[in-house]
Amino acid sequence: MSFDVDAIRRDFPILSREIDGRRLVYLDSAATSQKPQAVIDAELDFYRLHNANAHRGIYTLAEEATELFEGARATIARFLGAPSPETIVYTRGTTESINLVAHGWGRKFLRPGDEVLLTDMEHHSNIVPWQFTAQATGATLRYIPLTDDGLLDLSDLGSLLTGRTKILSVTGMSNALGTFPPLRELIDAAHAVGALVLVDGAQFVPHHAVDVQDLGCDFLTFSGHKMLGPTASGGLYGRADLLDAMDPFLGGGEMIFEVFQDRSTFKEPPYKFEAGTMNLAQQVGLGAAVRYLEGVGMEAIRRHEEELTAYAIDGLLEAGARIIGPKDTSVRGGEISFWYRDVHPHDVATILSEEGVAVRAGHHCAQLVMRRFEVPATTRASLYLYNTKQDVDALLDGLEKAGAIFAL
Amino acid sequence: MALDDIYKEVILDHYKSPRNKRELPGATATCHRNNPLCGDEIEVAVTVDDGMVTAATFQGAGCSISQSSASMMTEAVTGRKVDDALGLAASFRGMMAGEVEPDEDTFGDLVALKGVVKYPIRIKCAVLAWDVLQDALQGDGAASGAHEH
Repeated sequence: MSFDVDAIRRDFPILSREIDGRRLVYLDSAATSQKPQAVIDAELDFYRLHNANAHRGIYTLAEEATELFEGARATIARFLGAPSPETIVYTRGTTESINLVAHGWGRKFLRPGDEVLLTDMEHHSNIVPWQFTAQATGATLRYIPLTDDGLLDLSDLGSLLTGRTKILSVTGMSNALGTFPPLRELIDAAHAVGALVLVDGAQFVPHHAVDVQDLGCDFLTFSGHKMLGPTASGGLYGRADLLDAMDPFLGGGEMIFEVFQDRSTFKEPPYKFEAGTMNLAQQVGLGAAVRYLEGVGMEAIRRHEEELTAYAIDGLLEAGARIIGPKDTSVRGGEISFWYRDVHPHDVATILSEEGVAVRAGHHCAQLVMRRFEVPATTRASLYLYNTKQDVDALLDGLEKAGAIFAL
Repeated sequence: MALDDIYKEVILDHYKSPRNKRELPGATATCHRNNPLCGDEIEVAVTVDDGMVTAATFQGAGCSISQSSASMMTEAVTGRKVDDALGLAASFRGMMAGEVEPDEDTFGDLVALKGVVKYPIRIKCAVLAWDVLQDALQGDGAASGAHEH
């Protein structure tokens, strides 16, 4: 199947929008992705035609709502290569999923002296929850450092990943650098010392084919809004026996069997972790997003992005920009952090905005990365299946304007 | 072009040749903040004698708006009474909120920043140095008070 970017773009209504008379060049999918009409329709149709609370009602409408909600779960499980829908817990996204594991697994099983291994390229959502858990349990956090190219520095992995390590929590794709860490190698090394592995899939799942059983990870998180799905959709894949052993995270209705004054009993996973009325319409929308991605094909998306990333990096280097992260597109995706000459990212972003180009300026919730590369912030352009060479050209033209204003 | 509103010559001049960007040995108070719109940081040092700001310097790194505003701020408050300097800070915030007229007599070079009002998220950049100045002037008077939003 050939990749037809123009056909894809027509599926995204917002891409026909003009902003101040200019075409929208959206290069911030790492922050949030745009939505195809099919996803918008799925969520709205839920409200228009099938809205009822799931799992409770005995009437037809409630059956429809339940079928759609659980149907999306099965779709997601298949997309991720999970062994069953019951291994997919619905959450509002990666941040909530990591908090769930740090709480439900971490607080139950970590002891003083135990270690949690993270990396210096992690997003704050894969650092802060572990800090809370470490404080509560007496466990220690350690970090795999980075090379100057923005790869993980594995030269000393043997002293970081030891018998004391109980879990390695690592990103599948850095949102700040674009790097794909060598997941299989890390997962094998972690399992060899008896450590679990959580993969933060917030950027990885939207941009790369994933098979959790093939990868061998114990947990994988995903964020719907970064993969063409609605905001506040997403979830967690967890190995069945781990989900069984973990404590619940949020307590309330739906996740219980029996409630007495002094105690309660809980449902099996995934429902044990889904308290209250869930984000029904949003997860149904995420199911539609997954079907859309499957229709295009993750391999095709990756190839498109790899080509476009190479074009962008070449163009940026030629324009005199400094790439923060690896330049080799076989080990990185299309989330490109850079400094354009000496123009501060805030100024770059404002000037690009005037040209209709949307990029992100800041620390991208990755302050450890910013400090490692001794920059206060970076400009980040991120590519997805609906971006084109013309989009990259618009970015480069805008940068030239920025250079002219700052006369560098 | 709208960018003329924000990137005036005065701003670019203060950005490329910042005034009073240095340490201030013996400062009465030193304060520091990071911009909530991440990517800028400003440290302000002031010497206060007899209720008058006799010296104000800044250090830091950041965008053209945050750094030029800091540079202009140090020039504007040096030689003013503390209350006067704080009043100017309040007026500047008012100008950024679109509530105070940007007149050159009150604001001098600072009037060049009036265009920032059209880029609401950048207002945080423009007021950063003034927030730090306020921390420094309203603090205990002891050195090295670190405040972060």
